[in-house]
Amino acid sequence: MSQRPVQIPLPGFEAARARWQDTYNQQMGEEKVRRNRSGVEIRALYTPGDWSGERYLEDLGFPGEAPMTRGIYPSMHRGRTWSQRQLIGLGTPEDYNARLARILDAGGSAVSLIPCNSVYRGFDADEVDALLLGTCGAVVNTVDDMDTCFEGVDVAALSTAMNDPLPFTLLALLLAVAKRRGIPWDKVTGTSNQSDYISHFVANHMFFRIALPGSRRVLVDHIDFASRRLPGWNPLSVVGQHMQQGGATPAEAMGLTLSTAVQYAEDCIARGMDPDTFLPRFTFFFDISISFFEEVAKMRAGRRIWCRLVRERFGAQDPRSWRFKFHGQTSGVDLTRQQPLNNIARVTAQAMAGIFGGLQSLHTDSHDEVLSVPTEDAARIAISTQNILREEAHLVDVIDPLGGSYYVEKLTDDMEEEILSVMKRVDDAGGMYRAVESGMVQSMIGASALAFQEKIESGEQTVVGVNAYRVEEDGSSRGALSRPLPEVMQTQLDRLARYKASREMAAVNAALDALARSAHDDGENVYEKVVDAAVAGATHGEIVARLREEMGFGEPLVQV
Amino acid sequence: MTTPREEPARVLVTKLGLDGHDRGSRVVAAFLRDAGMEVIYTSPWQEIAAVVQLALQEDVDVIGISSLATDHLLVPKLTMALAEAGLGHVRVVVGGIVPDEDESMLLDAGVSRVFHPGSTREEITTKVDELARRARDRRMS
Repeated sequence: MSQRPVQIPLPGFEAARARWQDTYNQQMGEEKVRRNRSGVEIRALYTPGDWSGERYLEDLGFPGEAPMTRGIYPSMHRGRTWSQRQLIGLGTPEDYNARLARILDAGGSAVSLIPCNSVYRGFDADEVDALLLGTCGAVVNTVDDMDTCFEGVDVAALSTAMNDPLPFTLLALLLAVAKRRGIPWDKVTGTSNQSDYISHFVANHMFFRIALPGSRRVLVDHIDFASRRLPGWNPLSVVGQHMQQGGATPAEAMGLTLSTAVQYAEDCIARGMDPDTFLPRFTFFFDISISFFEEVAKMRAGRRIWCRLVRERFGAQDPRSWRFKFHGQTSGVDLTRQQPLNNIARVTAQAMAGIFGGLQSLHTDSHDEVLSVPTEDAARIAISTQNILREEAHLVDVIDPLGGSYYVEKLTDDMEEEILSVMKRVDDAGGMYRAVESGMVQSMIGASALAFQEKIESGEQTVVGVNAYRVEEDGSSRGALSRPLPEVMQTQLDRLARYKASREMAAVNAALDALARSAHDDGENVYEKVVDAAVAGATHGEIVARLREEMGFGEPLVQV
Repeated sequence: MTTPREEPARVLVTKLGLDGHDRGSRVVAAFLRDAGMEVIYTSPWQEIAAVVQLALQEDVDVIGISSLATDHLLVPKLTMALAEAGLGHVRVVVGGIVPDEDESMLLDAGVSRVFHPGSTREEITTKVDELARRARDRRMS
């Protein structure tokens, strides 16, 4: 038998509540106000006095319908669960290919490509200290390297998420491979992860390659290029994860991410693009901390704000434009080096928050990430965690199962208010681009990072094994690490040298010159020239270097 | 011109190599500053020569290198370059994600201390201050 939502005022409700409050106060005495990481007050009990369901249709509605609070698709995880997208990439293109083959054999269809930090910084392998090559990701510099990465794999049958900051050279190399194999570009599907240069300027500095004004232009060119040529590609992933890992509270991270998306949308509109052509392919990426209910509420509130905002502010008509599609990654900052197996429990709680938050794609961290680059064993446990939650714990049987909880609904409302106040501060500062240029956002995040660390130092926030429940450890639970052998990397360097020597240099130089000219001609699309250069044989490092020459080297604004 | 022993410790907090995750270095820099030390902070991915140059110009006692990825592998090159530049008295500490076997390699290369995740403010500020005094004593002698 179904129960009808309780209506307030309910006869006798206030008297009963007061009676409980008295008893509670007697038992608890004077209590310090509790707040979550975002600063929202957390009370002991929530009742129909906090949320009564009277505004159900306006504030929640049904899954797949505005305001999307309960989920962006009618069937959500019951219909199609999230993509299990683990980050992979280490060593050489051959190493990547071998790991990819194992994932595909195990039934995976969504993959990622994590390049080496040298690639992130915009360099080819021969431009950096060889000691660091391939220690954190795959070394991919040329169309041959990309071809090797996907050897024996049908590129058209995969959804590939590439960690590929602008100017998106990895996608350009992938398109060059597709061309080489005769695969039409409209069959290439996936996402340009790490396309959100604002988050790099503010927080994940490693990915910030080209000075701010140039970055602003290249991103819009990329979105425009994808809209015209790559119907299966999501050109933009707006990354709240960097903000939160950098120290922002969950509400700040959500607010700053939404403000960033607003900035990008406005930049596209200023270019004359119709919101309903690009909004359906905006995606988001969030950190999932261990503050369980706060994370669930953060994501539900974000979904609602985005749906309302794109309709009201941009006049988006297409329901696909209203969908707040996001990938979640469990938070590495919450993991501890002490008793590292405890991290499996942390990741489980974080993943549950993400699932209940309604994500479309999930990366669960490996328990050993705080010790080194993840071992394969630990990565397997991380995947198993998702399978267990889905198929043993049955977390996917009901859509938005926490919806209607007095607490979760009130918290969603409260988080929404916090998020909107962050967005208002950004709007008042002239929008996100101006707000990061001035350092306002960096100060906000820096202050929050410090405040959270203070809570750990003071013991106000327990971290098991760190400031409480400490045990003596012998380090035996720590796995061994694998690093590419220097001679393997030498082979890769030799291969790069051979590649560079074997090219038709006239064509490469002509393409790089055309790229340079496009940087100063608003009538040209810079990204089209990036792709042309990759097809002509230019390397990743050559393309980035040329654009840095023309548009300025990206220096993030760093503040303490 | 050298800083008198009783003046606040002078600490350079920076990152070498390719990674740019700097939440840890920012928080630690703020802790050291709030503990009364003079902190010189740079953006990430510094070249070793630039770090040596800055250490010389700023007359630092301690250099704190933050590493999340594998950039700590470059630290032995830094300690060597410091010695060559006549800055052998400067103490080097590393903080961040450092696997056990790399820790012994770093200590062998002359690093004074590796701070792992979970290190407290107290531990870090006390140790850095102590190392700064030791650096000044070494230079005097």
